[in-house]
Amino acid sequence: MGTENKTITPKRESLFSKKNRKLLKDPLGDSNPITIQVLGICSALAITVQLQQAVIMSLSVLFVMIGGNVIVSLLRNLIPDRIRIIVQLVIIASLVIIVDEVLKAYQPDISEKLSVFVGLIITNCIIMGRLEAFALANKPGPSVFDAIGNGMGYAWVLLVVSIVREIFGSGAISLPGMGQVKFLPQDWFISSGGFYENNNLMILPPMALVVVGIIIWIQRSRNEALIED
Amino acid sequence: MAMNKNATGYTFLFSIVMVLLVGTALAFTSLSLKPLQKQNEADKKMVDILGAIGITTTRENAKNDFPTFVKERLSIDSEGNVLNITSGDVDSKDASDPFNLDVKKDYRSKKPASELSFPLYKCENEGESIYVIPVAGSGLWGPIWGFVALKSDMNTIYGAKFDHKTETPGLGAEIKDDFFSDKFQGKQLRDAAPYFTIEKGGRETDIHSVDGITGGTITSVGVGEMMNRTLSIYQLYFNSVINAQANNNGY
Repeated sequence: MGTENKTITPKRESLFSKKNRKLLKDPLGDSNPITIQVLGICSALAITVQLQQAVIMSLSVLFVMIGGNVIVSLLRNLIPDRIRIIVQLVIIASLVIIVDEVLKAYQPDISEKLSVFVGLIITNCIIMGRLEAFALANKPGPSVFDAIGNGMGYAWVLLVVSIVREIFGSGAISLPGMGQVKFLPQDWFISSGGFYENNNLMILPPMALVVVGIIIWIQRSRNEALIED
Repeated sequence: MAMNKNATGYTFLFSIVMVLLVGTALAFTSLSLKPLQKQNEADKKMVDILGAIGITTTRENAKNDFPTFVKERLSIDSEGNVLNITSGDVDSKDASDPFNLDVKKDYRSKKPASELSFPLYKCENEGESIYVIPVAGSGLWGPIWGFVALKSDMNTIYGAKFDHKTETPGLGAEIKDDFFSDKFQGKQLRDAAPYFTIEKGGRETDIHSVDGITGGTITSVGVGEMMNRTLSIYQLYFNSVINAQANNNGY
């Protein structure tokens, strides 16, 4: 039996082969889920008012994406084509709900922070998009890399947008566990006789779209191959 | 045995097996974690009640701190009559303990107020007696709730604490932040409804109102609604207490 196992092993790909590196790197730049594929915009608008929320959301999406990609990839030869979207949705939704239930029991404080995001994670188009476009046709190994790549691609845009919005909207920066740190001196503000005022427009959802737009602009002006006619 | 992945029979079989597996997994997780979650909720409720009277505590210490500051737990009916008075440690299994009244559930059930009973917490902090009223209502996406603490004159707000389930982070969700609840301190209730109002940005606020949250209008309106609806019931109880005190002083 031992020899049997050995003979079927084809030449193994190294962990950081060119292909795997590409899976990790591409979604960060030229095939970024938010700025190029324009997926997951809804959550990018909703939760980028504060940095700490963007961090929690990014970590949750990364986690669910890895879990979903691996499960779908393992089941890829069993899932009937006609109901594959439903199957993917069920996998994502149950994964998220189980995680939330466990956190509610053992880590109530984290769960409280996460609670508002649960719905947003389930409906995040990036997760579904990766299950459909990648995990359904690839082995679990590459699927993990694809999930990490896309999760990070989603995360950096979220982090940049939320840093910009929080600095100009609230004059502060917040990190999970540290709370919100207001770094502008209080007497700069008009309310206490200064000259500065936070820009409330930054807090409102449309500004997220504008900031994402600026990122897209910078990205496309640096790589003209991305410009569509 | 070659399986035809696209056959209708296989599709049905797959969905049935999937639903059974997922259903079992979810039901099992939910049931086995329920006791822990219930305990966490009760702890959180104690933390919030203490938070409304200005005492910061942790989930771990809440059980010990709670009876120290909360002297009596009352339940009243919609006419303002006292139904039950309990004190001492909280027993989560005792259904008659007013602490176990779930105002969020009562609000969802849409039962008329006459069929419900309402919990009230008589607390003491720094020698002052404080009444804590639980409130529950609807925000933009889901339930919101909180605790409003009144000073012994039953008119001045001592403190408040709000929370929510699914309000938009950064907007409506900020009702749970201290900067919002701190604004309620020292405000007073009007003699008749609306007892208290949450104003939209830019409007003047007076002693009977606070500034709402920018971009969280519907959540702010919900906070005002739940406060007024609940206060109108407790007002009956407060009036009877005030009348009783006045009678006592008269003799």
